[in-house]
Amino acid sequence: MASHAETGFRTALLRGDAPVPKGLTDGAGRPAGRRFNVYRNNVAVALREALEVGFPAVAKLIGPENFARAAGMFLRAHPPASPLMMHYGAGFPEFLERLEALRGIGYLGDVARMELALRQSYHAADAPALDATRLAGMDEAALMRARLVPAPALRLLRSDWPVLSIYRFTMEPGQPKPPARAEAVVITRPDFDPLPHLLPPGGAGFLAALIKGGTFGAAVETAGPDFDLSATLSLLLQQGAFSDLLTD
Amino acid sequence: MFDTTSPLPPLPGVGYKPQHYSAIHNDPAPVGWFEVHAENYMGDGGRPLAQLRALSDRFPISVHGVGLSIGGPDRLDAEHLARLKHLVGWLNPASFSEHLAWSTHDSAFLNDLLPLPYTPATLARVCDHVDEVQEALGRRMLLENPSSYLAFAESTLDETDFLNEVVRRTGCGLLLDVNNVFVSATNLGYSPQDYIARFPMAAVGEIHLAGHDEDHDDFGAPLLIDSHGREVADPVWALLDMVLDRAGPLPLLIEWDNDVPDWPVLAAEAARAAGALARLTA
Repeated sequence: MASHAETGFRTALLRGDAPVPKGLTDGAGRPAGRRFNVYRNNVAVALREALEVGFPAVAKLIGPENFARAAGMFLRAHPPASPLMMHYGAGFPEFLERLEALRGIGYLGDVARMELALRQSYHAADAPALDATRLAGMDEAALMRARLVPAPALRLLRSDWPVLSIYRFTMEPGQPKPPARAEAVVITRPDFDPLPHLLPPGGAGFLAALIKGGTFGAAVETAGPDFDLSATLSLLLQQGAFSDLLTD
Repeated sequence: MFDTTSPLPPLPGVGYKPQHYSAIHNDPAPVGWFEVHAENYMGDGGRPLAQLRALSDRFPISVHGVGLSIGGPDRLDAEHLARLKHLVGWLNPASFSEHLAWSTHDSAFLNDLLPLPYTPATLARVCDHVDEVQEALGRRMLLENPSSYLAFAESTLDETDFLNEVVRRTGCGLLLDVNNVFVSATNLGYSPQDYIARFPMAAVGEIHLAGHDEDHDDFGAPLLIDSHGREVADPVWALLDMVLDRAGPLPLLIEWDNDVPDWPVLAAEAARAAGALARLTA
């Protein structure tokens, strides 16, 4: 059972406007006053900094003051559900999209989704990459029936915006201005650093079908008329996008 | 039930930061062991776990948890305890420690170490939680004294008596954070020397040292902030000498978590800790 002072402490922590709870002192009987705010401030700063580390491109795009305001609202509405701060902010992209003040920046949610995917990829399980020669040795019929197993660190993001170009323009000096187009991004982790790549035409549909567990043949069929199979496959295999090949 | 001596060596250690990985491998001197925050190594794979594996091949590792919320009224998070068991299981660290504090409320993790009143009721709660952790991990844990910015009017026990009783009832060890002693004593107006004199030194398996910032409260009284963002202050080194005179040589950890400097700055702090240990045998 929590005491009254404990309950008061916990309730007031995430509410910046709440009065300092009763039953807290300076150790000599005087009211704690701004001493309580040290804890309140520590909590808000620690959670906001976790979001800043997790979403650096979003922070750059909207500026530090807007980011601090958005993060402050998010952390009060959605404090972390577990002590694993590496996972904090999974709901931040949707939250940003619902903020009236940021509605004008249509691509913000997708940039946040990409940063989240990069972070998930960084912490994903290790798996040796599929040896590409295993595909080369197969006859076409067997290949069409086979299933490629996505590596644990693989992520796919399809955006109506030039999300990767915006990300690079924001994070890397000297990058060209983003073109007006939709972009599909695959994130691979050949070593320890997640790498985002632009997928060739049709590549996103192909990869999405494989991630769902579809056969190679079914994935090629869903990829669409402009699908560039050889460019897509050589990118994915070279980047260690798959960990295994299941044949019947 | 559990081993009562700390298997960490009585040498300087440093809180591990990934950016120091190469510098440590080139020249770790005079650091003899490293501490990591448990929660940073609970991902599924990638660089963090690979670095920790490599580090543990060369050095004893202390796993220091910040997420169990041992001091809180809620039940311990079974899922988190299982994650901890998994980490301690594969890493087999020299030590596991946690805090006399809470961090989770109604399943919301607040990412800070928050204070509790010291009463017979909270004592029973903390002992239950420590028992549960030690049972789950199958090893003795160390419990760390907190840094405090305020006191609960309802508290009826001194912090040292509280910790002494937790040790007596659970068989756990203690992690004595000397900076926390100095910060809390200054903030709450008691003598840090008296605190050290009363501390159950026989249970101490590890020492923490860190830097603090200075502020003041509504009445202009000094309010020290446990910031972990600078060198250890001189009065804290003086308190450390007093601790070592009472306890003998112990593993001494330098914690520096904010505005983390380059490796040589941390190595210099560790060298100062080595000097404090060398003084004992001089």
